[in-house]
Amino acid sequence: MSIFYPVELLSKWLTLSIFSITPKTLLAETVNFFIYDTIKIFVLLSVIIFIISIIRSFLPPEKIRFILSHKNKYTGNILASLLGIITPFCSCSAIPLFLGFIQAGIPLGTTFSFLVASPMINEVALVLLLGMFGWKIALIYIVSGLFIAVLSGIIIDKMKVENLVESFVYQNSATLKTDLPNMKWLDRFTYAKNYTLDIIKKVWPYVIIGIGLGAWIHGYVPTDFLARYAGADKWYAVPFAVLIGIPLYSNAAGIIPLVGALTEKGVTMGTTLAFMMAVTALSLPEFMILKRVMKTKLILIFAGIVGTGIIFTGYIFNWLLSM
Amino acid sequence: MTIQVLGSSCPTCKKLFDLTNEAVTELGLSISVEYITDIQKIIELGCMTSPVLAVNNKPVIAGFVPDLEKIKVVIQNSL
Repeated sequence: MSIFYPVELLSKWLTLSIFSITPKTLLAETVNFFIYDTIKIFVLLSVIIFIISIIRSFLPPEKIRFILSHKNKYTGNILASLLGIITPFCSCSAIPLFLGFIQAGIPLGTTFSFLVASPMINEVALVLLLGMFGWKIALIYIVSGLFIAVLSGIIIDKMKVENLVESFVYQNSATLKTDLPNMKWLDRFTYAKNYTLDIIKKVWPYVIIGIGLGAWIHGYVPTDFLARYAGADKWYAVPFAVLIGIPLYSNAAGIIPLVGALTEKGVTMGTTLAFMMAVTALSLPEFMILKRVMKTKLILIFAGIVGTGIIFTGYIFNWLLSM
Repeated sequence: MTIQVLGSSCPTCKKLFDLTNEAVTELGLSISVEYITDIQKIIELGCMTSPVLAVNNKPVIAGFVPDLEKIKVVIQNSL
């Protein structure tokens, strides 16, 4: 990425002139790697989150719901997944979103497409993927994430599992109408600025620790060290990666840079993608919260479908990218 | 006049509640701000994101915490 050439010069200068580390040593390379990645990631985080926040200020969930209520099933699934990308997702917003969709008559499958895409394709994960792996891998991640979200929603729709939603949910109905006042441009900028700062404040320690560990691994761990355990010929690598990804949601920001380094040491790209999808899309805290509105069986079905989709994605890309 | 802050008692919602109280005090109004944690109420207002600031049962801000000045402005506009 040539736009980061100045950053490259800056980090080299800091490493060699300011910290006076002997050039061409392992330490110099590690420190240089750390400074470069840290600056690059924080620049990307600020710019991309700011842009996404501006777009989002035009498409709040209330508007998204209105759009979705006028679509037929399949278009609904696709649109819901696409809209999930720009919507931020924290486990505390899962319940109001779920109730708001279902009670306004949005089909359960469409709602699930949204619930899968929204945390899986989030802006922080995208920035880190872009920064650590480049735009091709980031794009593969988005496209397969969308695919999983659309398909999961369609399958859940076909299964007719509405009876597994807690009965109180269907007893209320929601209006599609909101009279939220329109935002002015100044409001949008303030919102985007505050949101970007909030996110950076929240994730910076994880990002720095992740990049730090990554830089250390990059410099000091022998290449192919992990190939023995997680190489393409190991069938269990993908499901194992998905399982350990489930409890790691809150640390996604630190995990991606770390995983970036592991890929250099012999973990194949498909396994890496599956791991990152599991970290973002299958989150234990979210499941606990969803228990308030649906039966455990439905959560298991949901996790099962998405988990299977992620494992398949992992295998497919291990196979495709090794050719 | 009623002023309500609705949320799922997450830290962000608490912050909006505190800021709204501050705004009311600074405007010299003698209204007590209600804090509601019933999510169904948010849905009834037509919103899906917390926290929500509602003045006279109408949502004026949803999904984020604005700064103090903005809260003062929206309250004044609804007076």
